[in-house]
Amino acid sequence: MSKIITLRKGLDINLQGKAELSLYEAKAAADYALSPLDFEGVTPKLLVKVGDEVKAGDALFFNKYNDRVLFTSPVSGTVSAVNRGEKRRVLNVTITPDREQQYKEFAMLDLQKATREEVVEMLLQSGLWPLLIQRPYGVIADPEAQPKAIFVSAFDSAPLAPDYNFVLRSEKENLQKGVEVLKKLTSGKVHFSMRAKESSVAEQLKGVELHTFAGKHPAGNVGVQIHHIDPINKGEVVWTVNVQDLAIIGRLFLTGKVDMTRTIAVTGSEVEKPRYCKVVAGANLDSILKGELKAQKEGDTVRVINGNALTGTKAEGYLSFYANQLTVIPEGDKYELLGWAMPRFGKFSVSRSYFSWLFPKKAYRLDTNLNGGERPFIVTGLYEQYLPMDIYPMYLLKACLAGDIDKMENLGIYEVLPEDLALCEFVCPSKIEIQQILRDGINLMIKEA
Amino acid sequence: MDLRKLVDKVKPTFTKGGKLAFLESTFDGFETFLFVPNKTTSKGSHVRDCNDSKRTMICVVLALLPAFLFGCYNTGVQVSLEGFNAFLYGLVRILPMVAVSYITGLAIEFAYAQIRGHEIYEGFLVSGLLIPMIMPVSMPLWMVAVSTAFAVVFGKEVFGGTGMNIFNPALLARAFAFFAYTPQISGETAWYSDWKFMGAQVDGVSGATALEQFATKGAMDFSVMDAFLGFIPGSFGETSTLAILIGAVILLYTGVASWRTMISVFVGGLAMGLLFNAVGGNAYMEIPAWQHLIVGGFAFGAVFMATDPVTSAQTNTGKYIVGFMTGALAILIRGINPAYPEGMMLSILFMNALAPLVDHFVVESNISRRKNRSKKLAK
Repeated sequence: MSKIITLRKGLDINLQGKAELSLYEAKAAADYALSPLDFEGVTPKLLVKVGDEVKAGDALFFNKYNDRVLFTSPVSGTVSAVNRGEKRRVLNVTITPDREQQYKEFAMLDLQKATREEVVEMLLQSGLWPLLIQRPYGVIADPEAQPKAIFVSAFDSAPLAPDYNFVLRSEKENLQKGVEVLKKLTSGKVHFSMRAKESSVAEQLKGVELHTFAGKHPAGNVGVQIHHIDPINKGEVVWTVNVQDLAIIGRLFLTGKVDMTRTIAVTGSEVEKPRYCKVVAGANLDSILKGELKAQKEGDTVRVINGNALTGTKAEGYLSFYANQLTVIPEGDKYELLGWAMPRFGKFSVSRSYFSWLFPKKAYRLDTNLNGGERPFIVTGLYEQYLPMDIYPMYLLKACLAGDIDKMENLGIYEVLPEDLALCEFVCPSKIEIQQILRDGINLMIKEA
Repeated sequence: MDLRKLVDKVKPTFTKGGKLAFLESTFDGFETFLFVPNKTTSKGSHVRDCNDSKRTMICVVLALLPAFLFGCYNTGVQVSLEGFNAFLYGLVRILPMVAVSYITGLAIEFAYAQIRGHEIYEGFLVSGLLIPMIMPVSMPLWMVAVSTAFAVVFGKEVFGGTGMNIFNPALLARAFAFFAYTPQISGETAWYSDWKFMGAQVDGVSGATALEQFATKGAMDFSVMDAFLGFIPGSFGETSTLAILIGAVILLYTGVASWRTMISVFVGGLAMGLLFNAVGGNAYMEIPAWQHLIVGGFAFGAVFMATDPVTSAQTNTGKYIVGFMTGALAILIRGINPAYPEGMMLSILFMNALAPLVDHFVVESNISRRKNRSKKLAK
């Protein structure tokens, strides 16, 4: 085994509502949805209309800018609605499920003999291709491209993140099959990263390069791991895939079916009993959360987040395509009298001008209040403490704001995604929308490339 | 909670379409001072650290308080008052200057915030208190007002406001006063209050500051202990190294100021002092290096001005370099230009101008590291 890579920078935000290692089944969902908004840089072209019958694995839409990439239904049933927002933008396609799940049958491939092109085609047709993410830029991988390597993080260090060793405890065969698929896709290495001082599902996998990381969040972010294993230089492309998504890919190649069943962590301070839930991607959230949330006082509301509290997206009624976690926290839409001058024992800060550093073990019930007004960049040297990479975050962000392509490239835009700078955004006293600035910068790079 | 209702009731008057809409930023400034807004996160991280710019600035104000309170006391002591009377005298003496500094600066800031349509930024809460503390106590109020207005408009707003300025606004106010009103900011009487009340003996009080004594006599009349505790003439807030150090502890403990900058300034000053000691030359170069650190504006500048995050270096490596050079330069000026021994002000301003250059080279080295990495791979 390789040596342990220890990251000294970072922060574990200790939130209330960590999922205990037990499982419940989601109730039957009234409907399922697939949203194009879950995919970065995708403009959908619909292949179905309301009333069409689909099987699990049938395509619902494809990407206008890359028509090989299909997006398929997670369940069988009837297309019940195509919801549109401003400028007729497709928000999601909903499907009322059949009582009995019907799967589209895909011809089984013998991975020993199959060509790379056949494997790519199978992933594209099944709608599992979008699980492969390309770096730089964090968009769906280009089917025409050859990645230098593929990286998988076998642990997640984000607040209240799922424990993949629990989630994947009976998915070993699927994972191994998934690894074989990845090895077909790249001529380079398949890298796995696990957390130090714990046994990992990744240890039992054959044919992977295993790395061990120690340290606080974002040690589990695949971008940070890539930076320390084999950083991305200009012109290079690597792919990443989430470890549970890899099991779903393996499942396809073992069974010939698109089975989007996931185990997600249902977490957050407003969940009555935080634990894990087995559910199909795209499910109506009622099937997961009904009866599971704490009662709120009058006037109080909660926010349901697809993903974790740092990088997730506000849920619009359905589990998103990539979500391995739901986080439910209170909305912070309340005024606070002289809050900035108060000791604020219930709130968390990395600043010693508050007292949370005295209680390192304490779990916090944080709400969504911005805790202040937006300001220009004032404080310096703070972001650097929460980004364990050889990158100057403030200079990179300023290059993004200025739209300076050369500077962005020189300062390391190829190596980071918004999620990697999420902690910088969390700690920023100027309340700057760092993830959005970086995303805009990346989109500019894509446009100009 | 009733206070909240009151605010909500008058709010429409100050928002767009209301009668007093031209005061929107001002109203918003007061509202957000009273209440942390109910604004929630919309993009990016859903939860946020509860630290904000108000908290940061108020920490600096708190850190300034020991030096401010001691300044009040010392102002009285310098005109032969004792005990609480001395403190009260100094407080009454300085308050008009504090008020003038805040009113001038904030009025300009509020007006600019309204024109640009953004919230009131808190930066001037600190600058407004710093300005009276680095002026001689007898400075005429209109000069304080003009200096402050100059610093805020030409030092800050023309660059785009808080966070965009190149020079520390408070120091710029002092530099302006120094060059525009030289007699009032130097000489032997400037450092003493001229208000005759509470039995203060102000007639004919005069005396040189420690720095001036070093320049003329090669030694100071004050004991080292007096200089350290601050019972010497000088700008209002700069005399007590002890009170400044208490402020330094607050700044470093809360992490508001960079320890890298602060320590580097002291190290730089000490190093230059020792170099002078070794070389010798004039009387100024031969005073013990450590004595430089407790007289004049050195400690005050090192703790409160050089550490300004906006105008100092922004990279950690840059902070060491800029800090060290600030300290060294200040003592260099004292040593080779004894006619104007207060080098700290110009040294910090000069390094403010150089800091972006230092940062540039630090960032460039990161860039070339990244480029070399891919070149190495190509081979």
